[in-house]
Amino acid sequence: MIQQTAREFARKELAPVAIEANEKGVFPDEIFKQLGALGFMGMMLPEEYGGVHLGSFCLALALEEVSAVCASTGVTMSVHNSLTNMTILKYGSETLRKRYLPRLASGEILGAYAITESEAGSDVAAMRLSASRKGSDYILNGTKIFISTGDRAGAIIVFGRTDPKDRTRGISAFVVEPSFDGFSIGKTEKKMGLKASTTVELVFEDCRVPAENLLGQEGAGMKIALAGLDGGRIGIAAQSVGIAQAALEEALRYSRERKQFNSRVIDFQSTRWKIADMATAIEASRLLMYRAARGRDAGEAVSKEASMAKLFASRTANQVVFDALQMHGGVGYTEDFLIERLFRDARVTELYEGTSEIQRLVISRAVIEEFERTIPD
Amino acid sequence: MKIVALLKRVPDTEARILINQEGSGIKDEGIKYVINTYDEYAVEEGLRLKEKTGGDSKVTVVCMGPEEATELIRTALAMGADDAVHICDKLLERPDPFTTASVLAKAITLEGFDVIFCGKQAIDDDMAQVHSIMAEMLDIPQVSVVTGFEIAPDQKTATARRRIEGGDEKVETSIPAVISCEKGLNEPRYASLPGIMKAKKKEIRKKTLADLGFGAVPGEARSAILRWVPLPKSAGCTMVQAEEMRDAVKQVVRLLREEAKVL
Repeated sequence: MIQQTAREFARKELAPVAIEANEKGVFPDEIFKQLGALGFMGMMLPEEYGGVHLGSFCLALALEEVSAVCASTGVTMSVHNSLTNMTILKYGSETLRKRYLPRLASGEILGAYAITESEAGSDVAAMRLSASRKGSDYILNGTKIFISTGDRAGAIIVFGRTDPKDRTRGISAFVVEPSFDGFSIGKTEKKMGLKASTTVELVFEDCRVPAENLLGQEGAGMKIALAGLDGGRIGIAAQSVGIAQAALEEALRYSRERKQFNSRVIDFQSTRWKIADMATAIEASRLLMYRAARGRDAGEAVSKEASMAKLFASRTANQVVFDALQMHGGVGYTEDFLIERLFRDARVTELYEGTSEIQRLVISRAVIEEFERTIPD
Repeated sequence: MKIVALLKRVPDTEARILINQEGSGIKDEGIKYVINTYDEYAVEEGLRLKEKTGGDSKVTVVCMGPEEATELIRTALAMGADDAVHICDKLLERPDPFTTASVLAKAITLEGFDVIFCGKQAIDDDMAQVHSIMAEMLDIPQVSVVTGFEIAPDQKTATARRRIEGGDEKVETSIPAVISCEKGLNEPRYASLPGIMKAKKKEIRKKTLADLGFGAVPGEARSAILRWVPLPKSAGCTMVQAEEMRDAVKQVVRLLREEAKVL
């Protein structure tokens, strides 16, 4: 029923908005208020903070449905739910939870999550943004880049360096509000896809953050960042499955109508083989994603599974949009057909929330460790 | 107020309907079932009336249908209805409108009612009879195909709007009444996630014919569907072209006589 509500909302309310938002590159503010009213912006938060107290699995189902209609909305929703909300819930003091979570859950404010810097992408510990304690404040100096929803968020989780010497244990996490002194929005990226989401630079110039906005202990930043990864990756896997499913459906719709050589394109064997491969890869991706989400809900350690789901689903999404566009022929290359947007939107799934290369690193490390544990000393 | 919303489980409007081999009904495989579209307006209007009247107002969903209808009843509960009665009996597999109306009237009488909302028709068999027969059985007024509804402050009367050619008709009715709902009455809300969670704990009272005090299927054999037959494939269309209308008519008459053999 949750999936049903997500699907109906996405197809009836989001779809018409998404067309214009993606064409003109505008952020659909109103959609998130509506999603909030239905409970989709606080899916995993407890009721006492205005949430619905569902698990990763339900969030993934909803993200798949929303992303199938608008991948931009999917990523905004994913970052908000699995990164911002869950980090504040897990590591925020009761004061912080009460201050931010109910407003995040209702969709009144949006969440963002800022790790990436120009020199710190996959190599998170290379970050340099400094956070030094001064009386009852921390003073932040530096720049974050590629921050999804950064210019729309009311609560941003920012990772900064409280100890310049300790590479991993010198990082701390804070909740930053855009109204804080010394905070400003820098460059807005012009992206290949996801045009209805925003990706911006955040600039901190002697930005004063009250010490009570520290998440967890000073120095716990790396641990907090790593804890958020699995949920974020399952979210992007779900987004990838949504994009791929939408692309397959578009290709089926078009190739049923299109006739060449007195035959429908869908009846050519070359098309049929593509359809079979696409559908099989999508189903496999979906099951990997379900497996990781269910495991996470059961409290298992699912880093390997989350990475596998993300790696496979994002690869699948890119392969499927490629084949689906091929099935369209030349018209698929025009903006008149939805596949053109899906093609562009799919690309980033192999880049953010850990590149495919990083996922392979995580997976191979886990596989080798598991194997070595079976070898007697 | 005791508000009742009727609900029927019907095939999705987008489902491809095929008749089964025996001609006794439609092929069930692969068909998605949904709440009858017009009943969604009924549930929504019930919820709005409850929100307006407040106090101890309550919306009860009443559904006659197979086991599988439970899922759709839950959806109505997730939208915000308070509880539900689900009349589910093997003997009621193929009821005619008279039977359905008899059963629903009985169930609603046992529940108690002030306003009964229902769809103007079900989108499966399009009979559009049940609400009228039921209103007669309950001996209360009915306003059908309603696009606007407003309860009076004293809750003893209500005004309803009906679309007629060139305008609207305003009808005043005493309460209790049966109101059959038309598209345009409202925009049904989505089942929210908190609503879905709450719906799990709401009560659905399952009833059989015996539970309602019936010894046999009421009103049976007033009408029965003997056989379902697919529409014959249309032969296609012949376009008649001529300079003069007079010649075109001649051609059409000739075709009607010689080809179609209807003259």
